[in-house]
Amino acid sequence: MRRIPANEQVRVSVEVNGRVVTGQAESRTLLSDFLRHELGLTGTHVGCEHGVCGACTIRIDGDIARSCLKLAVQVEGASIETIEGLAPAPDSLSVLQQAFVEHHGLQCGFCTPGILISLDTLLRNEPNADEMRIREVLSGHLCRCTGYTPIVKAALAARDRLKELD
Amino acid sequence: MNSDTLNSDSPRIEDGPLVTGRGRFMDDLPVSVRTAQMAVFRSSVAHARIARLNVDEARLLPGVLAVITSREVMAHTAPLAVGIRVPVECWPVAVDRVRYVGEPVAVVVAESRYIAEDAVDLIEVDYEPYEPVMSIDHALKADAAILHDKLGSNLCSDRSFCYGEPDAAFEQSDHTVSVDVLYPRNSCTPIETYGIVADYDAHTNTYEALTNFQGPFSIHTVVARALKVAGTQLRLKTPPDSGGSFGVKQAQFPYVVLACVAARVAGVPVKWIEDRVEHLTASVSATSRQTTLRAAVSSEGRVLALDWSQVEDVGAFIRAPEPATLYRMMGNMCGAYDIQNLRIRNRIVMTNRTPTGLNRGFGGPQVYYALERLMQRIAVELKLDPVDVIRTNLIRSEQFPYRTASGGLYDSGDYQLSVDEALRQGGFGELVTRRNAARREGKRYGIGTTACVEPSVSNMGYITAVLTPEERAKAGPKNGAISTATVSVDPSGSVAVHVASVPQGQGHRTVLANVVGDELGLDAAEITVVTELDTTRDGWSIASGNYSSRFAAAVCGAASIAADRLRLRLTEVAASQLNVRVDEVRLIKGAFSCADDATRAISFKRVASTGHWAPGTITGDGPPPLRETVFWTPPELAAPDADDRVNSSLCHGFIFDFCGVEVDVDTGQVTIDKYVTMHDCGRVLHQGMVDGQITGGFAHAVGAAIYEELAYAQDGSFVAGTFADYPVPTSMEIPDPVILHTCTPSPFTPLGAKGVGEGNTMSTPVCLANAVADALDVDDVQLPLSPTNILKMMNVAEPETSTPAASPGAFASRPIHGGGSVTVNATPLKIWLMLLDPQTLREIVPGCHSVDRVSGTDFVAHVRFGVGPVSGDYKVEIGLFDLDEPHSASLVGNATGALGNGSGEGRIELKPVDKTQTEIVWEYGAHAGGRVASVGSRLLNGATRIVMNRFFEALGRQAQDEGSPSGAEPGSDNEPETGLIGRALDRLLKRGDS
Repeated sequence: MRRIPANEQVRVSVEVNGRVVTGQAESRTLLSDFLRHELGLTGTHVGCEHGVCGACTIRIDGDIARSCLKLAVQVEGASIETIEGLAPAPDSLSVLQQAFVEHHGLQCGFCTPGILISLDTLLRNEPNADEMRIREVLSGHLCRCTGYTPIVKAALAARDRLKELD
Repeated sequence: MNSDTLNSDSPRIEDGPLVTGRGRFMDDLPVSVRTAQMAVFRSSVAHARIARLNVDEARLLPGVLAVITSREVMAHTAPLAVGIRVPVECWPVAVDRVRYVGEPVAVVVAESRYIAEDAVDLIEVDYEPYEPVMSIDHALKADAAILHDKLGSNLCSDRSFCYGEPDAAFEQSDHTVSVDVLYPRNSCTPIETYGIVADYDAHTNTYEALTNFQGPFSIHTVVARALKVAGTQLRLKTPPDSGGSFGVKQAQFPYVVLACVAARVAGVPVKWIEDRVEHLTASVSATSRQTTLRAAVSSEGRVLALDWSQVEDVGAFIRAPEPATLYRMMGNMCGAYDIQNLRIRNRIVMTNRTPTGLNRGFGGPQVYYALERLMQRIAVELKLDPVDVIRTNLIRSEQFPYRTASGGLYDSGDYQLSVDEALRQGGFGELVTRRNAARREGKRYGIGTTACVEPSVSNMGYITAVLTPEERAKAGPKNGAISTATVSVDPSGSVAVHVASVPQGQGHRTVLANVVGDELGLDAAEITVVTELDTTRDGWSIASGNYSSRFAAAVCGAASIAADRLRLRLTEVAASQLNVRVDEVRLIKGAFSCADDATRAISFKRVASTGHWAPGTITGDGPPPLRETVFWTPPELAAPDADDRVNSSLCHGFIFDFCGVEVDVDTGQVTIDKYVTMHDCGRVLHQGMVDGQITGGFAHAVGAAIYEELAYAQDGSFVAGTFADYPVPTSMEIPDPVILHTCTPSPFTPLGAKGVGEGNTMSTPVCLANAVADALDVDDVQLPLSPTNILKMMNVAEPETSTPAASPGAFASRPIHGGGSVTVNATPLKIWLMLLDPQTLREIVPGCHSVDRVSGTDFVAHVRFGVGPVSGDYKVEIGLFDLDEPHSASLVGNATGALGNGSGEGRIELKPVDKTQTEIVWEYGAHAGGRVASVGSRLLNGATRIVMNRFFEALGRQAQDEGSPSGAEPGSDNEPETGLIGRALDRLLKRGDS
């Protein structure tokens, strides 16, 4: 394993939303800070920095991960997907995003990016996920505005719509 | 106004950016490249004199621009003003003395947040501890330590009120029923924390702060006064998006002062983003309240009088807007009931806990918890049906508008109808059947009911009820609730709306686009709404902001008035252009037309742009119709009168809730089986938003009722500093409530709407508590309804979660204790010498920077230790005694650091197994305090064990240069109940010494 001295800036190259980008990080720089403040991807939010709230959830090589619990230097060479990469085009929304809009699946929207990443991953991997399974995955995220009910509705609606489209 | 359009469920215009990662929250916004970052050094103890504060090393760290202590803060500011005159000085940093864990002591400004936090770790402080005052009862004791010496006690306000003839009612009544309840501390914890970017212009002596503050903007005056500048010299701005607040972001104003001073001292813009541990520890809390409530009751269950005694804990300082939590409900202390005899005694105490402030429900949860527990007790004691007791006492529909005993003016309602509809539509009968069936199966199932009046649109004068009428007369009247809205047209004839409402997710822009579009005959999509606020540029007043559920009732109302005025002026222009009388003009779907000939029409845009392009063609008085700004305040919100009567809120919605819960008698787990919530919030402006407020408020309430508590240990340590220790409920814990509506529009608001954002935080905790009381058949219920409290209510000892201690030994009584053993390939003497050798210890103690021997048996070590979000440097002092070389030793230790402190003792024995092997046996007991304690037991216990094991593994490796530890079974460290990093360290280090 490469040893990086404390306080030394190193280059980190990573594929983010299909594009290879490079930035500077210290060995201790959190991945969430790197994404937000070095790469300018402020859609990934930081709510607790101890891995409970889920706002900073992203996908790393296809699996969901808390970006606040990873160091930037750990993702060298990896492929990352963030909330900025979910919509098919700048002027349109994914089925899941659209369902969130239609069912009031968000209020302040701060926890939403992490939730969308987790549910997008779930519906990709388990297109038939039932309400209990959706609630289970959603329980990795804290939302203080909605009471979760509208989020569950949105996820169920997105699941059904995706199956229709399939 | 077209009611169909308004009661719409249109998609939110806010959502596009928010679901695609393009929101513009506080920490997303660009800042000047000169901007530096701030970190706060906080008190790790609850109550102490600051004997020494050394920031020299922090100042010298490369990248640090400034370290600011109370000296700099006092040089540039005045204490934070508060609504009552008491000799309590509240500064944004501790001055000479700390009074709660998490209180800011110094701030560091550095090039990066990482460096700023490094510098915080280098700050050294010595405390001389005082007795911490951690409960209301303790604060009131004659011999309790006093937080503010000049006050002479911990009681800072004591007022009594009497309305009607309560004494006579109690004398004449058949029964007296009372409850004695304690409402605990909790907080709505927005997922986005506080954030500020502050700057200072020395040439104009002007501060500028961009902050996700939420109002009320009366606080702007508090901040300006603290900074010793005129109001116009404090430019306060809010970002476009804010990640929730629920009242909580009101309390970042001391940090605004602090960041402004930091910017002034450092000479650069300063940015601060609070972290979660800081937020839970030291942002703000709802008040804790001890209430005794007595009722004079007839045999039929009619309540003839209420007698309240409330003691409010506002934390370490009474700080703006307190004592508002205690007085917000002043006009509706009898809830939904027609009770005209009322006595109230309100006391306010200070304790060594975080100061309190706005939090969703704001005073309502505390009041209704007592009032609705009382109604349930009346039913039980008089053997009546709880629903009948509620019904018997409800204000009748023909009594509206209804003047309450304490001066509230309830605008509208049909409470009986709402209850009837809730019972019918919500299936109350089936729920009773369900309960009875569950009970036949031996289950502990209960039903709870609650009726509440939900106040909204606060009277800015209600807080002056804390003053005597004489003091009020001297201070001058305060009243009203100014709402501000501007509707304007630009040269292209398109419409923009600006309001001083500062939303944090409530969809204000969508609702306003609907309201104004409806007034102007335009699609909502054609209306641009701006809700961020700039106090230098925009219209605002002290009541501006997002609190007391004032948006729909007050802000939307002001916007509709502004739009209506603009419409009237534009109609005059259109009439002139169409050459008809004003009353012959219609405004429909984007065009002004003649009433009798729709083909004669001019587009809205053309008429609206006239004022820009051809003002000379506009006849009549006044400026052209380009912009209407409305400042609206309801006349019903008068100042408290000479008899202390006050209409504390403009609107009064009604809620009736019922629920069924099941309590697992083995685990103490409360499961909500069904929850029905009926709301009359007047006219609904947007169904989706209203229901979202209800489900969101309900979830907050379930959290407060069952899971959450901002808990402190006896020594003042805060023990709920992470989301692992402050368990916010998830989608697995929150059921879907059944939401029902009735509607009696408010006659006092322009659109007939009332607030709806806070009701369930008032009704739901007590509804669940009543259901638990019913399920368990108990008189007293303690929130939160956690397994621990439930089992206590059932008089069942909590099951031991820890495995039987392998070596409970002499230290079992300490909060953290444990022990273990390991067998090492070395002789006892070799190990003994290693454990006494500073150099060896430095190498094997995890995170150790240095170990110095102070005397033969005393050591000082510097160690870095981290658990979860809390890590930092500790100075550990260790003393050895009872030395029996090379067999055993005892040790005591104390650890201190920026993040906490700990003390502990331990014993280590070295037992020869054979000639080459030695069994090391250790046990310890310890206790941790300060910020590190906030991490709570789950993380700390694990961390303690890991560090202990690592130490002895390292010792084993070191001891046998020539081999590996034979039986390095990581010790049998018991599960301590309360972890402590500091303790852990002590322990380790102590071990190390021996």
